[in-house]
Amino acid sequence: MPFLDETESIASLQLTPSGKLKHFLTVSGLSKELLTEILDTADSLIEVGERNIKKVPLLRGKTVVNLFFEASTRTRSTFELAAKRLSADVLNLNINTSAASKGETLSDMLRNLEAMASDMFVVRHSQSGAPHFIAESVTPGVAIINAGDGWHAHPTQAMLDMLTIRQKKGQFEGLKVAIIGDILHSRVARSQIRALNTLGVDEVRVIAPNTLLPKYVESLGVTVFNDMDAGMKDLDVVIMLRLQKERMQGALLPSEHEYYQLFGLTRARLKHAKPDAIVMHPGPINRGVEIESEVADGEQSVILDQVTNGIAIRMAVMSMAMSGQAEVQLLQQEQAKEHSAL
Amino acid sequence: MKIEILNGKRLVSNEKVSKQSVEAKHAELKLEKPKTSGQWLDFNRIEVSDGVITGIDTETKKSFDADITIDAQNCLVFPGLIDLNVSLREPGYTAKGTIATETKAAAAGGVTALCCSPDTMPINDSEAVTKLIKDLAEESNACKVLPLGALTQGLKGAQLAEYALLKAAHCVALSNGFNPIKNLAITKRCFEYAATHKLSVFINPIEPSLHEGVMHEGYVSTTIGLQGIPSLAETTAVAQLIQIAKSTGVHLHLSQVSAQESVSQVRDAKLAGINVTADVAIHNLIFTDQRVANFNSAYRCMPPLRSESDRLALIEGLKSGVIDAVTSAHQPHEAAAKQMPFAETQAGMSGVEFILPIAMALDNQLSEPCHISLIDFIHAMTHAPASILNMTSPEIACGHEANICVFDPTIKKVLHAENILSQGKNTPLLRQTLTGQVKATIFEGNISYQSETDSN
Repeated sequence: MPFLDETESIASLQLTPSGKLKHFLTVSGLSKELLTEILDTADSLIEVGERNIKKVPLLRGKTVVNLFFEASTRTRSTFELAAKRLSADVLNLNINTSAASKGETLSDMLRNLEAMASDMFVVRHSQSGAPHFIAESVTPGVAIINAGDGWHAHPTQAMLDMLTIRQKKGQFEGLKVAIIGDILHSRVARSQIRALNTLGVDEVRVIAPNTLLPKYVESLGVTVFNDMDAGMKDLDVVIMLRLQKERMQGALLPSEHEYYQLFGLTRARLKHAKPDAIVMHPGPINRGVEIESEVADGEQSVILDQVTNGIAIRMAVMSMAMSGQAEVQLLQQEQAKEHSAL
Repeated sequence: MKIEILNGKRLVSNEKVSKQSVEAKHAELKLEKPKTSGQWLDFNRIEVSDGVITGIDTETKKSFDADITIDAQNCLVFPGLIDLNVSLREPGYTAKGTIATETKAAAAGGVTALCCSPDTMPINDSEAVTKLIKDLAEESNACKVLPLGALTQGLKGAQLAEYALLKAAHCVALSNGFNPIKNLAITKRCFEYAATHKLSVFINPIEPSLHEGVMHEGYVSTTIGLQGIPSLAETTAVAQLIQIAKSTGVHLHLSQVSAQESVSQVRDAKLAGINVTADVAIHNLIFTDQRVANFNSAYRCMPPLRSESDRLALIEGLKSGVIDAVTSAHQPHEAAAKQMPFAETQAGMSGVEFILPIAMALDNQLSEPCHISLIDFIHAMTHAPASILNMTSPEIACGHEANICVFDPTIKKVLHAENILSQGKNTPLLRQTLTGQVKATIFEGNISYQSETDSN
């Protein structure tokens, strides 16, 4: 193709010249070593949550702004707790997008926040690529952590899932993992598939009807199953996705009833997986829609471990991105000095 | 005004190609290798006086007394380009562009005639708006502006616009822009009424119920989680439109086809003798959806950039004559229209100034399936659109109207925003090296553009 593509890749946009994290926008393009470093850092921070005084000074004096353009309880509160445990000052902004679109543009709003000397934005947005847009063209001096964008990515969710898998299974090699449900609209699934493949699991499967699969899903590096019983065979890890009720409109699914019959995780179905398989769910769960209560609360369920690990993972990426930003700033200061010396 | 152009190469088109009948063109689709459309011949002097080419290498030693002399050393001289789809943005969207700025930009791109889409504000569905556009274009006097009238009132897809009156006001064809008509009965009546008035219909083939999304549905959209527009949204519309054209006898021109399957449907329709033509947006010939992988909104277009196999099918379609013409599909935007998360940005590229450098890039592509010769490309932006618009075939020959582009293919320049004449700086070619530069454009015998290095 003639003419260069000058766009900086998302992967390189989030790394410093020495390869450290300075934003966390997606797991796509990040190396196995870097993902492992995130998991190791999170492991070392888990202990903080077990202390009497649950604080470390890694982000002391830094201002973290939680910018949620889309409603969230769990993700926002774990980000807030993570920032506070790192000793940062935290500002929570829940922005009703419809109100925001009436007045100032996204760019103007963010530049204002940057002018208030913010060091980090945790961004959730309904549009794919919004955190990337902010990191690239709006506030380059602020660390951006993606807390979920459109159907694109939810990298901290994926990494907390990886941490949970590593805790329970010890390693990624040889594992068979299936993600079940609405892959088409799922940022969680896209990030999980990337992370699992990078970390070297044996097989990633997706199990869903064709209406809930992106057309070229195989290209993500997954095996497709329409039949859940067949797809459950020999699984080590079962990841359920939340089914949004609005999927019944627009002819994606006929009813919750039929969906549960075909893709609901019941005790009987779970028996097709390995006996020590773990059951995961990014939450919030719909009991009786995608998962049977007895399975959600059962011995194989690690759903609450995921929540606990969410805080450690978020502490890890926030502290790593902040030290990456510090490296960039130091570099810029040195360059400025050299420049003025000339 | 007398102008002389000295010492260049002029395009002499293969008469059989430029003047052949529809039947002959369709017969050619069956050939494996279509004829090339022309050749370059050296000339010493082309004389233009009072809007007409009056002499080429005349033997008389009599001096010509030119008011303006253009040195065409290294240059190629060919008829001014005819662009079938340009958004001039005026009336109504002057933050994006005006008739003055965009026609001057077109002249800088070597264009001497262009069709402007009806999606202005107010919409061009009345004589008054058409007259306003014609008047402003005449004032700017940078190129011929051929308005496309609205196919339905307000482009709403419900009621017929006043075709006879629009035609009387010099609309050259009808279009509904990017507002597809939802009701096929309305489409059929529009085509019948257009055929009554011997007006062509320029249709962007879009099936609205399948047209949700912001980029091509493919591997990239799957990866980055942007909603994809399936090729099916275009190909099902192409199929329906061809059948309705066949039934009503209207001349259907499909604007900016983008999908591989559309090309084969147009080929079949032409072979079946249906009165259908098609064009392709120039960016669909050089870019694919891969460029959107990092959310760069400069590459957001309508129709979207599709896959590499679509791109190759479009190039092949153009070379074989299935796709008749190329258009810049020029869509200037203000900077803010592109500075948002991808899905909230507006579609379209500013491109009317960079047609020929892109044609050079296509000519330079060495691998055969990607290569389009400059001569064939120029044919697709001169003779082909003239034939679609039922205009006299433009030639660099005595007696022809002096609409001329003098193009230097040897100049290499890095493109900077401040050098773009269009109000829309929204092109992914910024900071890229472009090969080839329009040295001068002559519109109806007057200089409509001259590159800075030459005008001093």
